[in-house]
Amino acid sequence: MSTQQQYEGPLPGHQAPPAPPAAPAPHGPQGGWPGQQNAGHQAPAAGGYTSPIPMARTHLGHALVSEWTKIRSVRSTMWTLGVMFALVVGIGLLTAVGLSGDSYTGMPLLSGGLFGLMLGQICVITLGVLVITSEYGTGMIRTTLTACPRRGRVLLAKAVVFFVLAFVMTTLACSLTALVHSTMLSGQEAPAGASGMPGTWEDGTLVASGGEWFGATVGAGLYVALLGLLSLAIGALLRHSAGAITLMLGVVLLPLVMALFMAGEALATVREKLIEFSPLNGLASLYRIPMAEDQDATGWPLLGGLACVTLVFLVLAYTLLNKRDV
Amino acid sequence: MIELRELTKRYGEKTAVDGLTFSVRPGVVTGFLGPNGAGKSTTMRLMIGLDSPTHGDVRIDGEHYDRMREPLHSIGALLEAKGVHGGRTAYNHLLCMAQSNGIPERRVGEVLEMVGLQDVARKRPKGFSLGMGQRLGIAGALLGDPRILMFDEPVNGLDPEGIHWIRTLMQHLAREGRTVFVSSHLMSEMAQTAQHLIVIGQGRLLADTSMNQFIAENSRTYVRLRTPEPERARDVLLEAGHRPVTAEDGSLEVEGARAATLGELAAERRLVLHELSEQRASLEEAFMRLTAGSVEYHAHDLPEGSAGGPGEAASGEPGEAASGEPGAAGAPAPAWGENWRKGQGR
Ligand SMILES: Nc1ncnc2c1ncn2[C@@H]1O[C@H](COP(=O)(O)OP(=O)(O)O)[C@@H](O)[C@H]1O
Ligand SMILES: [Mg+2]
Repeated sequence: MSTQQQYEGPLPGHQAPPAPPAAPAPHGPQGGWPGQQNAGHQAPAAGGYTSPIPMARTHLGHALVSEWTKIRSVRSTMWTLGVMFALVVGIGLLTAVGLSGDSYTGMPLLSGGLFGLMLGQICVITLGVLVITSEYGTGMIRTTLTACPRRGRVLLAKAVVFFVLAFVMTTLACSLTALVHSTMLSGQEAPAGASGMPGTWEDGTLVASGGEWFGATVGAGLYVALLGLLSLAIGALLRHSAGAITLMLGVVLLPLVMALFMAGEALATVREKLIEFSPLNGLASLYRIPMAEDQDATGWPLLGGLACVTLVFLVLAYTLLNKRDV
Repeated sequence: MIELRELTKRYGEKTAVDGLTFSVRPGVVTGFLGPNGAGKSTTMRLMIGLDSPTHGDVRIDGEHYDRMREPLHSIGALLEAKGVHGGRTAYNHLLCMAQSNGIPERRVGEVLEMVGLQDVARKRPKGFSLGMGQRLGIAGALLGDPRILMFDEPVNGLDPEGIHWIRTLMQHLAREGRTVFVSSHLMSEMAQTAQHLIVIGQGRLLADTSMNQFIAENSRTYVRLRTPEPERARDVLLEAGHRPVTAEDGSLEVEGARAATLGELAAERRLVLHELSEQRASLEEAFMRLTAGSVEYHAHDLPEGSAGGPGEAASGEPGEAASGEPGAAGAPAPAWGENWRKGQGR
């Protein structure tokens, strides 16, 4: 057992299960003393055991690689992201086909991408929750935290890997949809007296400005990935898949649903605020079809707000993760 | 080397681990024995920082586990609850563990082969049998080739061949100079594997001793005599100053005498013997006696006369069993161990 020994493949004596010792003598309930038979162990090696395998001081990089392996090696990742992609691009395509006959759709050029993404974001939320709660559900979290006892590092690695993956995939899906829409729906003519019509106009035809493009691709991707990250934080707090997914769906849908039922004059301001700060309004604003009264909203301030809320919940999740038993 | 100092863990009102102080040394297999609910699994979770202690402290080679720079290189643990995502293949499960500690990927194939799972490396553990799941857990524990290994009830769910394999593996690992800490609720299991023994009951330390010493201290030895002339044999033995006791099956049991002495005595007095053998009460009995006062789940409703299990053990006074007359068959209230021992002896 030399410490200097180079690690070149399997350890001697480790390859196969160790050879069995001399056959243990049969021991009846009263007769044998098995403990004595095998008590003749060798004296412990001086200084304990030293492995020939090279070991690295672990750091965040290791945790990131590990989390990447984890996220790509479970089916729920393929399923949620696959369905998200199909919903965003598929519904985007259907919308484009449906609208392509009109001479003017009444919407900014790229805004049709919103409908698919409204459904697709649910997949990303689900994945964000599952990234952490599936570990609690299966007990994998104990293995994870044994391999990496620095819990903050685990949470950070999970958050980074998930966020990057969700952002890239969502942005890709949204960009593809935006391309489809700009190709199929371009050349729309402004109706007579078109001033003040939604959309950007260039020589009387509907075009998409740089800001619109950015909002409908990177903006939408960021927004949905942030929602997913918030879901991950909620999942880490609740440690329960169904609970966390339900809560996140409530957060996304409830403000708007509640606003629908606030019909009275007295509640007008509450209703307006609910709509304005509804997560769906943030997404719609990025597509330049805001639901609230401010028709010039770009969605970016709401995205900033979402980022702040997400950060707060991540910090909360970090604090509790360090405190709680697993 | 694992060192515990006054380790205590409370879950609400329930004290699962109660002021444990002991250390686990390298080079030997240390058995961690206690009835169900004694706090073995909790102690192990505390050791690797999964749960935090209410009071007290655990140190691994002088350090807290969460300060370790190369955790899997220090400790490999097989925990009670399976820590595996059922949908991730065995290979990927081990790969993500290896990556988190910068362990070379080829090590994954090696440990899979070591535990005999190379053929199902690309299968999802969802469909694994209990034994295969246990082997995967052991592969994970061996992944970092650690100095310390910790197994929580490793033989659960293994077939006899697997049980033999893991016993041998643990002894092999200890012989290499590693610290091997293994829990069980079965004395017989420990007796075949461990050289050192730590016994707990209801979270408290009951014994911390070498296996040989435990055996020497806790076993009751006696000589069994079988003869066609029991009456005369009795008289002869009494004359010689022994205290023979007639067992249920008619044989005589003599405590505190050597078989050789009794054999010579019998020859001298021309006594025909059909059996002359030294007997030792089972280790299981010693263990049950030790933990009698601290068994968590009593089996109160066992019918009278059924083979005594730990349940009956708990209902008897521990001291009574220890000091009871050996082989007091037919006594109105036999010590719990007696019935059990006799039942097994037949
Ligand atoms: N997370 C927990 N919450 C509440 N009680 C627990 C928890 N873990 C263990 N216990 C209790 O602590 C005691 C010891 O349990 P455990 O360590 O699993 O025992 P063992 O492994 O020796 O069978 C049991 O009574 C059990 O119910
Ligand atoms: Mg247990």
